[in-house]
Amino acid sequence: MLQVADLHAFYGRAHILHGISLEARAGEVVALLGRNGAGKSTAMKAIMGLVPPARGMVSFGGKRIERLPPYRIARLGLGYVPEERRIFTELSVMENLEVGRQAARTGVPTWTEEKLFALFPNLARMRERPGGRMSGGEQQMLTIARTLMGNPSCVLLDEPSEGLAPIIVEEMANSIRALKGEGVSVILCEQNLHFALGVADRAYIIEKGQIRFGGSMEELAANDSLREQYLSV
Amino acid sequence: MTLASIIIQLLNGLAAAASLFLVSAGLSLIFGVTRIVNFAHGSLYMLGLYGAYSLIQFFGRTPLGFWGAVVLAALAVGLVGILIEVLVLRRIYRAPELFQLLATFAVVLVIKDIALFTWGAEDLVGPRAPGLSMAVEIMGRRIPAYDLVLIAIGPVVLGALWLLLTRTRWGALVRAATQDREMVGALGVDQARLFTSVFFVGSVLAGLGGALQIPREPANLELDLAIIADAFVITVVGGLGSIGGAFLAAIVIGVAKAFCVGIGSVTWFGFEVSFSKLTLVVEFLIMALVLVVRPYGLLGKPQAAQRAAEPAPRLQVPSWTFALVWLALLALVPLAADRYTTILLTDIVCFALFAVSLHFIMGPAGMVSFGHAAYFGIGAYAAGLLLKRFGLPMEAALLLAPLIAGLFAIVYGWFCVRLSGVYLAMLTLAFAQISWSVVFQWDSMTGGSNGVFGVWPSAWLSDKTAYYYLALVLCGAGILFLWRVLFSPFGYALRAGRDSPLRAEAIGIDLRGFQWAAFALVGALAGLAGAVYAFSKGSISPSSISIAQSTDGLIMVLLGGVETLTGPVVGAAIFTWLRDVVARNTEFWRAVMGGVILLIVLLFPQGLVGGLKALVVRWREQRA
Repeated sequence: MLQVADLHAFYGRAHILHGISLEARAGEVVALLGRNGAGKSTAMKAIMGLVPPARGMVSFGGKRIERLPPYRIARLGLGYVPEERRIFTELSVMENLEVGRQAARTGVPTWTEEKLFALFPNLARMRERPGGRMSGGEQQMLTIARTLMGNPSCVLLDEPSEGLAPIIVEEMANSIRALKGEGVSVILCEQNLHFALGVADRAYIIEKGQIRFGGSMEELAANDSLREQYLSV
Repeated sequence: MTLASIIIQLLNGLAAAASLFLVSAGLSLIFGVTRIVNFAHGSLYMLGLYGAYSLIQFFGRTPLGFWGAVVLAALAVGLVGILIEVLVLRRIYRAPELFQLLATFAVVLVIKDIALFTWGAEDLVGPRAPGLSMAVEIMGRRIPAYDLVLIAIGPVVLGALWLLLTRTRWGALVRAATQDREMVGALGVDQARLFTSVFFVGSVLAGLGGALQIPREPANLELDLAIIADAFVITVVGGLGSIGGAFLAAIVIGVAKAFCVGIGSVTWFGFEVSFSKLTLVVEFLIMALVLVVRPYGLLGKPQAAQRAAEPAPRLQVPSWTFALVWLALLALVPLAADRYTTILLTDIVCFALFAVSLHFIMGPAGMVSFGHAAYFGIGAYAAGLLLKRFGLPMEAALLLAPLIAGLFAIVYGWFCVRLSGVYLAMLTLAFAQISWSVVFQWDSMTGGSNGVFGVWPSAWLSDKTAYYYLALVLCGAGILFLWRVLFSPFGYALRAGRDSPLRAEAIGIDLRGFQWAAFALVGALAGLAGAVYAFSKGSISPSSISIAQSTDGLIMVLLGGVETLTGPVVGAAIFTWLRDVVARNTEFWRAVMGGVILLIVLLFPQGLVGGLKALVVRWREQRA
């Protein structure tokens, strides 16, 4: 589905990604773990074309995408949910969803507003509310729903559990499992290992812009020194 | 005033507001999505008038011919807008914002000459609207029926825009992109196509605003900058990006202007106050007032955070040897050159100081000024008037003029430093226009549109070469002084304030005070440039204080590049020289200048000096 090889990226002059390689297969949930500043968000932005990759290869559905502008990548069916949520605050919930709408794609689930409201019941109660007048958890659901309106086959999910109340985090985990149930691949960035253990099939650990570990969640759960070295604060 | 005349003036104002609203709504829409301050928007309005004029002649003066011509002219202007977006702006969306501004200046120059070529220099008086040329009687006064139609068109267009923006997918995309265009792209929306469509709609509005004016005002070549100043004022008063705000502001300003005309002269406490002379100023007074009370306009909101700016590159001090070698070379020129070259060099030296002072305020101090000619012109007029009206010796006039320009900069600056970004730029433009209209109308003091004549230097400077040396010494010293200040603690504080106002204030810098001082400093030095220029020409005209003079300064700075110190000097030299050469050879020098600037913008998005430096670096890397 998604393959990344030797990806390098810069912010201005700062070299952030030092050649990362990773992979997500169809229908899989993959966690990208690491501390603050390790390069998780930059990796997602580089895959999405928001930070142009300086070197390396990204292929999605068998197509090279590392030189494409973000909108072309999105139209291939790769969805992106930013960490800061980036809700259009002046637009209502329905209008936010409208901006994300893309044509249906063969072989992937087609989302409608009603189907999304079934997945995120909170949103159904505030269709006309402006995005700026929603709580953090509601905005987090809206930003995921907005991306799903593009009918993606794979979603990049940047820190979905950040800053949310425990009960909302649990809802978020359920939503991710529901996506997986629909056959959508998910790559999520996380600092919260517990959250990742609950939803992911595999994990990568990123540190200082390099991949330090890749393997199953069982391997990661069994390896105390790995967690100690790269994930504990 | 009787009730009847109040109502008549109100209707007059509302009729004038219609076009103002259309143009401003288009400008606001385009700025919201693309973040480009489109100076060429006024040119599109002008094309709307010319287009309607020609199409009415073609279709004939029937109601269908008239309204068909108005609509077609608007659509044609929309196509011109698409051309501008696709051919020029699309290529430089990633360039620094100021460079996009330069590109729109170039488009202004090109369109002005295309209009000159197509329609000639004479004013073209359009026909009255067929079927609407009668007057309607209201409370015993007669008011043109066409004005009543215009009054209705404003709200109709406002309603249509509102529906378009709130009830369609396109509208949702536009509003979303106004807040966060990168996110809109990441959701699969093609920004380029969205921008083009926004440009089309905005340009149609400008064209329609122009076309509807043809029965009321003749098409002429000065309309482009005149209307852009109005449109800037209205978008700023209403709040950038707010269509409803633009509507409200257009009405406030249209009505205020109509009342100024209607009231005429009044005697208050024995003083005669001429309101009709206030007409040119009143909108700027309203704007200054609104911005001080509501810095984001009547219905505006604080601007969305701009995309993270690249850190400004380090400024390099030109070395003393560099400066001295150039000064020596420039000092030697008159020995070899003819009188003509000496005069041209004197112009260049004056404009170099003008450009360097503008660069100081917009580059390192981070406050873009659209009205820097105010201080250049005030300096020039102060020098001339002290000599001619107050009988001071030339030397004293020359030394006092910068102080007077500095005083004005202190007054104007007090207001300006309270704002930032586009709002600040617009306010500087407002003050420049206020100064211009005072100069333009105060016949007994400034000579009005004729200007001041016989402003010649003292006998010992009457020789062109001698005067050149004086200009070189004064302006050269001014330039070196400004450069030196940038590397003083004062200069560091300004640059810190530009890069992060919050952090600068957190470490105890009184940023507003420093910016105010910077305003006064560059105002005085621009005034010096103006004074030296005035004595070299022997006469002063209001054009030295006009928007065109301000934009010339911006072109010089941006052409050379904001990111280097020497850039503005190079830009001033090339611009002044090129204009001189081209203007001697063709009537259409503006189009040639505009074309050259567009080429440079598309080839060197970092400015000339920045671009050449990059070339040199690449060349060295290839050899290494």
